[in-house]
Amino acid sequence: MTELATISEAKKLHRQFYEDVMSMPGGEKIKICQQCGTCTGSCPTSYLMDWGPREIIAAFRAGMIDRVVKSNTIWLCTSCYSCTVRCPAGIKITDLMYELKRIAIKYDLAPKDGKSPAMTKYFVDSVHKHGRNHEVELMAKFMLTKDWGLPFKFAGTGLKLFTAGRLPLFAKNIKGKDELDKISAYLEAQEAKAQ
Amino acid sequence: MRYLYYPGCSSEATGKAYDISTRAMMDKLGVELVELDDWNCCGATSYFNVRELDSFAIAARNLAIAQKQGDEDLCVICNACYTTLAKTNRYMAESPEVHEAVNGALGAVGRAYDGTKAVRHVMDVLINDIGLEALGEKVTRRLTGLKVACYYGCQYSRPMGAFDDTEFPVTMDQFFQALGAETVDFAGKAKCCGGMMMLTKEEGALRLCHELLKGAQDGGADVIVCACPLCEMNLEGYQPRVNKTFGTSYDIPVMYLTQLAGLAFGASPKELALDKQVVPCDRVVAAIPA
Repeated sequence: MTELATISEAKKLHRQFYEDVMSMPGGEKIKICQQCGTCTGSCPTSYLMDWGPREIIAAFRAGMIDRVVKSNTIWLCTSCYSCTVRCPAGIKITDLMYELKRIAIKYDLAPKDGKSPAMTKYFVDSVHKHGRNHEVELMAKFMLTKDWGLPFKFAGTGLKLFTAGRLPLFAKNIKGKDELDKISAYLEAQEAKAQ
Repeated sequence: MRYLYYPGCSSEATGKAYDISTRAMMDKLGVELVELDDWNCCGATSYFNVRELDSFAIAARNLAIAQKQGDEDLCVICNACYTTLAKTNRYMAESPEVHEAVNGALGAVGRAYDGTKAVRHVMDVLINDIGLEALGEKVTRRLTGLKVACYYGCQYSRPMGAFDDTEFPVTMDQFFQALGAETVDFAGKAKCCGGMMMLTKEEGALRLCHELLKGAQDGGADVIVCACPLCEMNLEGYQPRVNKTFGTSYDIPVMYLTQLAGLAFGASPKELALDKQVVPCDRVVAAIPA
């Protein structure tokens, strides 16, 4: 995990995130969060978090970006959207969490031993390699690098899944898989141009 | 009746039975499904972590293909695929900037998408296009006496709420009632199963599954029906882990909604890939009056 060495770096990051959030449809609504806590109360995993979603919004608005991106909060969001549909201010909190994950990955602030950032990376790799997510490859890579114990914990069920043909070893590539690389490259170039 | 059909990546692996049973069930209903040409991964939730526009653009590649392939609506079975594809439409409509950026990216691969292809969850198609009355008439083996816990999961109706309530969805209950089943009170029906967290923070996801399984068991359910491959995998495949962690003894069959409905519409257990379930479903099949 990289340390945010200077205040100017943290400020730059805050500005970057703020701009990214504002560019999302409805992103400006973060300004009207009244700290009611409905998000945290609705969150099925908030009890595991360093800071609940309400506190994350408060910390972000206070410019405490370091705390925000280094919290485990963003990696425990399961995308259930309960907070998003209940927020009285209409803040798209799930999208905010995505944005924070992006910032953490982009600036190398995600925990190095983190399972969730690794999962994200392997997922995207698989999609670009085959055009589709090859679940077995994703799980195999994840086990090899992040969770050696998984095959043992899961042996009985894994065998059943395998014999039922639910764990095919080989991936099928789509014809247009190169298109995905081109789409990403185009958007990256556009972003670089805008900055 | 004819739809373009997006099976999703899980349909080629852990969720094979969802795809197989959807095709078998729709065949019995006389609905034609035409698989989307050369579809790619929708991006699901993981892709949003990379770049929002990227995820909309790769999802939109599918929608662009759908638009070119036919006028029919795009029928989707997986909750996550459904939400990702429908959310792409929503954001393209809400934001001219997103619309422009997505089309710029599609243009780089010789494609274009105007944002208007209707994305429909299979349950939306069943309830709203075919209709409960017509569905009831198609039943050849009523699910009389069967107690069903309908598990909707998260991305069935959240965040969009396009065809059902975001807090307390009811369409699956109505559907199985129309097929003769009794649906049990199930408070957790739209609560989270943990999703991918089962691999990245197992203790958290196991607790969520424990609560769901307990809710279904307390309601007296004979079977849980799901609308998403990840929910199905967590609730079914991880029952032994839940039991070990919490000292419980859950042994509840979990089926895709299309598998149980397929039985009611006259498809055989084999045609519906019931042999692919980890928790055996024989007792569910046996409990349905012939």
